[in-house]
Amino acid sequence: MTDREHIAGSSHPLPPSAISRRTVLQLAGGSASFAVIPGVSAQPAPAPGDPGKVLQRVRLIVNGEARELELDPRQSLLDLLRETLDLTGTKKGCNQGACGACTVLLNGRRVVSCLTLAAMHDGAEIVTIEGLAEGEELHPLQSAFIEHEGLQCGFCTPGQIMSGVACIAEGHAGSPEEIQFWMSGNICRCGAYPGIVAAMAEAAGAG
Amino acid sequence: MTTGVIGKPLPRVDGRAKVSGSARYAADFNQPGQVYAVIVSATVGLGRVTDIDSTAIEVMPGIIAVITHRNAPRLAYDEHKSYIDPAVGERLHVLQDDRVRFYGQPVAIVVADTLDRAERAAAALNIAYEAERPIVDPLERNVEPIVPEAATREGSWVHADSSRGDPDGALASAPAKLDEAYDIARENHNPMEPHATVAAWAGDRLTLWSKSQFVVNEQAEIAAIFGIPVANVQVICPFIGGAFGTSLRTWPHVTLAAMAARQVGRAVKLVLTRKQMFFTTGHRPRTLQRVALGAAPDGKLVSLIHEGSGETSRYEEFIEALTNASGYMYSCPNVRTEYRLRPLDIGTPNHMRGPGEASGIFALECAMDELAYALAIDPVELRRRNEPAIDEAENKPFSSRSLMKCYDVGSDRFGWANRTYEPRSMRDGRLLIGMGVASASYPAYQAPASARVRLRADGSAEVEVAASDMGPGTYTSMTQVAAEMLGLTLEQVHFRLGRSDYPPAPSHGGSWTMASVGSAIRAACLAVKTEAARRAVVDERSPVFGVAHEEVEWVDGRARRRGDAAPGPSYGELVTIAGAPIEAEASSGRDPEIAKRYSMHAFGAVFAEVAVDPDVGTIRVRRAVGAYGIGRVVNPRLARSQCTGGMIGGIGMALMERTVLDPRDGRPVNAHMADYLVPVNLDIPMLEAHFVEEVDPHVNPLGVKGLGEIALVGMAPAIANAVFHATGKRVRTLPIRIEDVLSV
Amino acid sequence: MLPFVLEKAKTAEEAIAAAAAGARFIAGGTTLVDLMREEVERPERLVDINALPLADIRVEGDVLVLGALARMSDVAAHPDVQRIQPLIAESLIEGASPQLRNMATIGGNLLQRVRCPYFRMLDAPCNKHEPGSGCAAIDGLHAGHAILGTSNHCIATHPSDLAVALVALDATMRVSGPQGERSFAVDDLFRLPGDTPHLEHTLLPGELIMEVRVPAGGSSRRARYLKVRDRASYEFALVSVAAALSMEGRVIRQARLAAGGVGTRPWRLRPVEEALIGKAPDRQVFEAAAQLAVREARPLPHNHYKLELLPRTIVRALEMTGEVA
Repeated sequence: MTDREHIAGSSHPLPPSAISRRTVLQLAGGSASFAVIPGVSAQPAPAPGDPGKVLQRVRLIVNGEARELELDPRQSLLDLLRETLDLTGTKKGCNQGACGACTVLLNGRRVVSCLTLAAMHDGAEIVTIEGLAEGEELHPLQSAFIEHEGLQCGFCTPGQIMSGVACIAEGHAGSPEEIQFWMSGNICRCGAYPGIVAAMAEAAGAG
Repeated sequence: MTTGVIGKPLPRVDGRAKVSGSARYAADFNQPGQVYAVIVSATVGLGRVTDIDSTAIEVMPGIIAVITHRNAPRLAYDEHKSYIDPAVGERLHVLQDDRVRFYGQPVAIVVADTLDRAERAAAALNIAYEAERPIVDPLERNVEPIVPEAATREGSWVHADSSRGDPDGALASAPAKLDEAYDIARENHNPMEPHATVAAWAGDRLTLWSKSQFVVNEQAEIAAIFGIPVANVQVICPFIGGAFGTSLRTWPHVTLAAMAARQVGRAVKLVLTRKQMFFTTGHRPRTLQRVALGAAPDGKLVSLIHEGSGETSRYEEFIEALTNASGYMYSCPNVRTEYRLRPLDIGTPNHMRGPGEASGIFALECAMDELAYALAIDPVELRRRNEPAIDEAENKPFSSRSLMKCYDVGSDRFGWANRTYEPRSMRDGRLLIGMGVASASYPAYQAPASARVRLRADGSAEVEVAASDMGPGTYTSMTQVAAEMLGLTLEQVHFRLGRSDYPPAPSHGGSWTMASVGSAIRAACLAVKTEAARRAVVDERSPVFGVAHEEVEWVDGRARRRGDAAPGPSYGELVTIAGAPIEAEASSGRDPEIAKRYSMHAFGAVFAEVAVDPDVGTIRVRRAVGAYGIGRVVNPRLARSQCTGGMIGGIGMALMERTVLDPRDGRPVNAHMADYLVPVNLDIPMLEAHFVEEVDPHVNPLGVKGLGEIALVGMAPAIANAVFHATGKRVRTLPIRIEDVLSV
Repeated sequence: MLPFVLEKAKTAEEAIAAAAAGARFIAGGTTLVDLMREEVERPERLVDINALPLADIRVEGDVLVLGALARMSDVAAHPDVQRIQPLIAESLIEGASPQLRNMATIGGNLLQRVRCPYFRMLDAPCNKHEPGSGCAAIDGLHAGHAILGTSNHCIATHPSDLAVALVALDATMRVSGPQGERSFAVDDLFRLPGDTPHLEHTLLPGELIMEVRVPAGGSSRRARYLKVRDRASYEFALVSVAAALSMEGRVIRQARLAAGGVGTRPWRLRPVEEALIGKAPDRQVFEAAAQLAVREARPLPHNHYKLELLPRTIVRALEMTGEVA
């Protein structure tokens, strides 16, 4: 049988002999290979002349407002928004570029802010979910998300909407299938996808 | 009750907050002077911490504290267990000793002034271990199943063993029989919001802005752990970014955040990394099951044997209702169920959407499909022939059961009649098309809950419950209940939840929030109306002055004598006269007599169509229809959304989700959102959820059964059965993957 | 993440000088920042090259030129790319997500690191992050790993979809370094792991990818990229195949095939190509040729299925070329 990953079989209860010889060898060999590295996790101390103390001067325009900042170059745009600027609407879902919850517009394009170093974007214009509405008036896509149940828990929603605004602007919202393809960089664990597609279709049609 | 707002498909009352970024989740509650804590997770799967050298990181810029088992305060860890915690065993006592019980267990926390600095120092902390090889695979030879002690106790909702008739004898002599094994992978909840706690002490009082599906229990648990009065702890959680069960319990990071905050004397924010979400915050246990069915040639079941085991940790016995449904789903005179645990060197599992039933009914419903094919009977027809009149396990009637109606509606909407019976008989061009069906069920629970209603001078009402809303729409549906009960508009009702100082609610899970909290709000609304009526009848200017308060009724928010057309004072006017808000608190719970008399469950029928690429083995769900009998639907718009969301969770369970542990050290190898696959937008087909008309006068005063769990339950078996229909291949492991159908 | 110094280069010369002195280039950052956060990557100096004028996409004669800093999304959407080499556009939009494609560059895409989970975990042995420490995947979990080009020291697959297409299309690249410029086949960029799996490419210290050059396929070319995976999008390939056939009448004149998800580097399938040339395209021909892809394969227990999936994916991709309008 093909045996992708470790699920060695499905019979129940499983007699010992049903574990393949290969699996047993693999277990034994594996434990040996790991035993030689107890107490790992040690990492070299930071390089001498700690560059961590060097701060980077950066000017960003966030939701139309100019911000002069001194940043640790390590700081992601996401952490800058959330922790320094207290713009907590942008969410950290995975911090690995694998979920889309942190999507913002960077110079008009959708990006994942978790993999964006803020210090690399001096002079950039950033739009977050907080900057989308015009005063009290929601952006049409925001209204459409409410109207079409494009959300449940709401956590992925800011990223979905920022991604959606860009998706429509890119011209990638011409059909439900196209929306599905071009919105697949935003995971919704509640499964509000049908509502998201409906909201996008309406906003794209109206826009 | 005049407004008829219950049952209306209203949009979410919290929609605006959620689409504008102003809804605040735990990690969004930045506090003045806040610092950052990062957990260091064990890099061995079993053993002991032998040395920790923090000298190198203590001198790094911005480092405020390094806390390990060596310098951590000894915490009280007073006894505390809620029903959400395993009844047998003891929770992890974090940083209280040198033992490592599973890979990823917290072994230290680092606190720094910035997150980047805390993360760097945490990664650089030098820890030495004495490692042993953990056992993390329930199929390893020396893993002995144990009888879950709690499931042998009188009144337990899970039964280690149950039996009626002579199932083994009947199986042996059955004209048709099958006996198959099923293996469902460990899954992690992976809500989009990682667990997070912001902790701040003021003297001996602690405030936790913390992701929780059960704020009053988190409050009580943390008070017990720190040995302080419950009233000294406040837990705040107005929004939950999905949870699916992972935030039912109070996991070690909450303790660590509070510990760190106390140690450094500042507010501390602690957010788990996505990788850490695979370590200490529970998971759907891997299950191994056996289902044997015996039947007469006409398909009538003569024997049903369902044995199953779930993994648990070495320190707690996590149980779930894996085999329960096999007792009541079908009519069968000879039934035996057996439920066991396999303790492993892993963190304790916990409830994940549709806990127990999702896994157990997968096995049962796949077996039923196999039986249908063994007997050449249509799978829907087989269910019809085995429809019971009563719950034969409990020997009592169902409070309501609409499974056959669900099959009617589902078959019709899905177009089951267009399906050809033979496997591999349907194609769309190159693609193999399969259609599968499965029953779903989940108990209609209700737990004690309390609510407070406060009428204000402006005519509005404030409603408060320590409940939660992880996405189903608690804010909206409870606003509807209160508006209906008080005769107010939605805008006049201000419903608040997610604070531990509100009247207590049960855990937000098990599909019982609507039944429990809704019933409490109903009771509190009745109580506040009584209180308002008492005020009205003693006010000389009121048309109801002198009337017995029981004679007062409320129409559109105004008091009047029963049968009298003359409108009396409104809530607001009474509050103005009283000079203070009129308030009432009330509790509700299920009448134990009702529970004795009736078996109470929601039922559903789920239909799925898949397309399998015969060349490269890709499996895509093309459409699915679920029909459910869930009693009264408070808000069809939200219910449909929640339901299709659950079906999507079922697609994940069927085709994608599994957490893979390295047998050498127990590490989850795919602890990453790119490697633990959940459905993306492009995976989602046309989904339909239908609610059949079902009036249940017994289940609770609102007549609701709950929806969150059952929505996931039937999907995976319907898909697995559709894969069989498409390919002719039975796959009895989840998830079903490309290579499982490659050689067909 | 370890601290680092961030510099910004205004010219290629500045960037190359910085890199020659030990700095790492950063452009889109989608691989580097991710791995720096895991501390698998630990640069002390980063040089931001986004200001360099290398984002151009243009046609020079019958060559499509992709600037190294052109973003994946811009290349995929470019009319010249879609017209001349739709295979490249197809391979690009099958990769990552729209957001990541807006960030990631062509140069960075080719140099992206492997997706082996153990490579991402500093507490596991990995010859890439610590030469000589061993390979956790070989005796561990390796369902996604390579069956071709593996060694006893590393079995990680190269994750790029684009590289598979470029290798199939005989693309070349121009690089610039302290010793000047040079050009070579994209196929020659990638090393086999051998006993030095930490050395993944053939760039010399300080060398900067300037552009990728793709010869046009001609009007008889029909090409498709097929990516097989468990979910429909946002996932790395289990197996992928870039297939391009040029016909002469009813006969295959030229075949270009490369596979992803199966090799420790993008895997050109020359034996399969040779078996197709001069034959009329039909399923039996495809199936016979596709079997040659796995002749040299060395599967392990969990990725054994790729022995079957690769030939099937080749066959299907070849059939799809015939379905191109």
